[in-house]
Amino acid sequence: MIRVENLSKSFGKNEVLTNISTQISKGEVVAIIGPSGSGKSTFLRCLNVLENPSSGKILVENHDLTDSKTPIHKMRQQIGMVFQHFHLFPHMTVLENLTYAPMKAKGVKKQAAEQSARSLLHKVGLSEKESAYPSSLSGGQKQRVAIARALAMEPELMLFDEPTSALDPEMVKEVLDVMKDLAKSGMTMIVVTHEMGFAREVADRILFLDHGVLLEEGKPNDFFTNPKTERAKDFLDKIL
Amino acid sequence: MNLDFGQITPYIPFMLEGIWVTLKFVFVALIFGFILGTLLALCKIGSIKLLNWFAIVYTSIFRGTPLILQLMIFYFAIPQLTGYDISPFLSAILAFGLNSAAYISEIIRAGIQAVDKGQTEAAMALGIPYKQMMKDIILPQAFKNILPALMNEVITLTKESALVSTISVLDLMRRAQVVGSDIYRSFEPLLFVGFIYWLMVFVLSSIGKVIERRLKVSD
Repeated sequence: MIRVENLSKSFGKNEVLTNISTQISKGEVVAIIGPSGSGKSTFLRCLNVLENPSSGKILVENHDLTDSKTPIHKMRQQIGMVFQHFHLFPHMTVLENLTYAPMKAKGVKKQAAEQSARSLLHKVGLSEKESAYPSSLSGGQKQRVAIARALAMEPELMLFDEPTSALDPEMVKEVLDVMKDLAKSGMTMIVVTHEMGFAREVADRILFLDHGVLLEEGKPNDFFTNPKTERAKDFLDKIL
Repeated sequence: MNLDFGQITPYIPFMLEGIWVTLKFVFVALIFGFILGTLLALCKIGSIKLLNWFAIVYTSIFRGTPLILQLMIFYFAIPQLTGYDISPFLSAILAFGLNSAAYISEIIRAGIQAVDKGQTEAAMALGIPYKQMMKDIILPQAFKNILPALMNEVITLTKESALVSTISVLDLMRRAQVVGSDIYRSFEPLLFVGFIYWLMVFVLSSIGKVIERRLKVSD
């Protein structure tokens, strides 16, 4: 459902992604791991063109996102994204955070939007918070709302950019649980993460990035027990 | 000491009418300045070079010259140039509106740039078009940040409005002068309108505080 061809990205003279190609099929859960500064987040942000790739192609269901003729708003509506720092809209209640985009960008009627928002809030276990403002929520709750907000657009694909990195340790689990449920429901997910347990347990495939290069790609079991590259071995030794 | 406030008593209604003149003109100039200032701010943060340039030059001119000069140009110089006999009220609104647009655009630009970049990214990632994102996500948050600075601008404008007395708009200030020359006493009418100005600013800043408190519900 998403195909990346020879993707490169430079900031000025600094090349952060070099010639990355991969393919992700429907229903697959892919974890992207690697040392910090390896270009994981940049790669993820290229997939919905929050960063403009310097060269290469990104094809989502055969629409090339790097082509300026592709209606990028419409395409992004099919790609949900969850950020490290949540980025909820602070001046809106939880319910409004969920209903805003479907109503404004997709023209969903208020009543229908609220109905599906409530069922999503129920799914992430935050029904009682619908009229709270984001500032009154804990980190874990914020991230669950952020996931629900992305899901409210009924995306085909979900991108997660280190969704648990900004959370207190005791809140990591509640967010990962929501993500696990989502993976089980068949959602296509691409997750940049430092949670190796999660990657191992939930992902169908691991992408290992180092210095902007896709060094290794494989099943979690193979990757974690028997990494092919020296660099991956090194990395795993340090964190496991 | 030679003070006699009794003398101005008959003129009080005349002077009080000046409140409406002043308020009406401040209000219209402010709305005008606010709309134009918002547009200028969007020009400044946008990516279109020509608009960036225009907004910067605009701000530079209106901040770089005295307001009273701008007022004189609108009232005295434009009729000379175009033959159009502009009314004092209209030229005052134009001068004050265009002038405060320059200041307001800077306030709003700073406010927009102070909104977390993640907000833009979150809106973009949800597929929300630029115009709606600005209107519903960025500007409301920017507005909350800049409210104190904006309130300051309103207060400045209210007080500076006394400049229009120089082009014979019968505002509060002008009326005090009229009364002063009528009764050959300056102190009492000037003190009286001075009090009125202070009162107006006091009410305005109280309203500002109430709005600020209202907007704080999401904090």
